[in-house]
Amino acid sequence: MNWYGLYTLFAKETQRFMKVVVQTVLTPIITVLLYLVIFASVLQDHIEVYPNISYTQFLIPGLMMMSIIQNAFANTSSSLFQSKMQGSVVFMLISPLSNLEIFLAFVGAAVLRGVLVGIGVWLAALWFVSLPIFNVWAIISFTLLGSALLGALGLIASLISDKWDHISAFQNFVILPLVFLSGVFYSVDKLPGIWNQVSYYNPFFYMIDGFRYGFLGVSDINVLISLSIVSTFLVATVMACLWLLSTGYKLRY
Amino acid sequence: MAVRIQQIYKYYGDLHALEDISFNIEAGDFFGLLGPNGAGKSTLIGIMAGLVRASRGHIQIMGHDVHQQWRQARQVLGIVPQELAYDPFFTVKQMLRLQAGYFGLGRENYLWLEELLDILGLANKANTSLRDLSGGMKRRVLIAQALVHKPPVVVLDEPTAGVDVELRKALWQFTRQLHEKGHTIVLTTHYLEEAEALCNNIAILNQGKLIALDTKQKLLDYYPYRLLRLSLTSEDEVNLPPALQEKLQSFQPGQLVLKLHREHDQIGAILESLRAAQIHFTDLHTEEAGLEEVFVNLTSKASV
Ligand SMILES: Nc1ncnc2c1ncn2[C@@H]1O[C@H](COP(=O)(O)OP(=O)(O)OP(=O)(O)O)[C@@H](O)[C@H]1O
Ligand SMILES: [Mg+2]
Repeated sequence: MNWYGLYTLFAKETQRFMKVVVQTVLTPIITVLLYLVIFASVLQDHIEVYPNISYTQFLIPGLMMMSIIQNAFANTSSSLFQSKMQGSVVFMLISPLSNLEIFLAFVGAAVLRGVLVGIGVWLAALWFVSLPIFNVWAIISFTLLGSALLGALGLIASLISDKWDHISAFQNFVILPLVFLSGVFYSVDKLPGIWNQVSYYNPFFYMIDGFRYGFLGVSDINVLISLSIVSTFLVATVMACLWLLSTGYKLRY
Repeated sequence: MAVRIQQIYKYYGDLHALEDISFNIEAGDFFGLLGPNGAGKSTLIGIMAGLVRASRGHIQIMGHDVHQQWRQARQVLGIVPQELAYDPFFTVKQMLRLQAGYFGLGRENYLWLEELLDILGLANKANTSLRDLSGGMKRRVLIAQALVHKPPVVVLDEPTAGVDVELRKALWQFTRQLHEKGHTIVLTTHYLEEAEALCNNIAILNQGKLIALDTKQKLLDYYPYRLLRLSLTSEDEVNLPPALQEKLQSFQPGQLVLKLHREHDQIGAILESLRAAQIHFTDLHTEEAGLEEVFVNLTSKASV
């Protein structure tokens, strides 16, 4: 392993988003707070998903996870795609970095951005409502798994895309619907028939459910099952991403 | 041997970008890789760098196969890409440190990076964002980036395209110095006087095929003509005798250039027939053919 090279690329990817921290970390936090203000204030007294848990408390972990994974995806997809477009990706490609090292550096930075946004949302949300922490390991595990999974998906998206349009299509037609149908705003049990069943094929549902369990101690699915399902998806996505990198698809001609 | 290219083929669909290319570049050579647009030069360099995958064949850099032993091969190779690519997020110094870092080099290498900035006249731009540099400056940064790990083999893909005369001269001097320090240099360029001034050995590609491979001198000898340039006393049209008409290279008012075969044409006899035709001149000199003529001759012959 070229550890120093890996560290350098990770540091570069981290600096890249830290240089525009308002756009990459602060803005997502504010966006989530807007969701929180609107949904929580409108629905607070109308919806009770779990007994003795306010809707705001229910909502916050979901919103946290949503922002974690969206930002992890945005980080890898925009960074690699941009350097592909600018041609500066060649500097990485001619260096003695393996596909695995490149993968780890990009996904590592994506995880870091996800974690920072997640912590930011959490701290900001504490102004609104007190939120228990039931199991910190579940919180950490689902944060890491979820952001790594979306970081890897972001890499795949940037590898197969030819235009910015393709990236945003991926974001708007794949990631966003999966997030909205994953029970961020409601319990999927409240969904009618087919939508309810479809939700169980949505990996994001298990991420959100397990993550929420970490705070509230209640979940729709046994947290260990969620953990293994999310891990399985992560492994499959990582394999697909590494395979795509190894083919050199749209990268090494 | 610095670079060993063995039967390289590269297909893009039906397009044969490279066909059966084999040649070696000795360590310490200053090697010119020439050819018209689309000849396949950048593709061949891409294969050396791992940016392009050969359809068939092998390349070794300092004995390391670029496919099997890619890590070692990339450690000994510095590439200055043809395209002016840059990462707008970083300053010149940051970019060099990052690039060196990819090669596993950290603080211990910072002194060399400072030196590179100095030699390339970038010292006062060290903390400028790449986005804010002029094209020529960006070109210098590309060269610095290729050298962060002191590679023994340096490949420059048209480093002087679109740079002004002054910078071109500076880059010539710089590559010469690199060469003197023992680096093997591979240069592609469309300025043939550049190849003529710098390179010892030259390969010419045309439409994916290797059409010439020789020392510069042999290639120059290969073209058996020289030019006779005459400054005429009058600006009028001239009436060349039939025997000289086929030797006409160019005519401008007051300037006549004839293309003479080195062995078959005697200058004395030519001047004799000019005088007989009442063509008077105030001055004359001969020019040996340059790579330009050799190149045009070779590449046009190959395409018919
Ligand atoms: N990624 C690609 N896909 C398809 N064709 C390609 C690709 N890259 C290069 N080619 C084709 O391969 C041929 C050789 O291109 P190459 O860039 O190697 O030429 P070159 O000798 O470097 O030319 P120039 O002097 O213009 O830089 C050209 O016909 C080009 O169109
Ligand atoms: Mg080229």
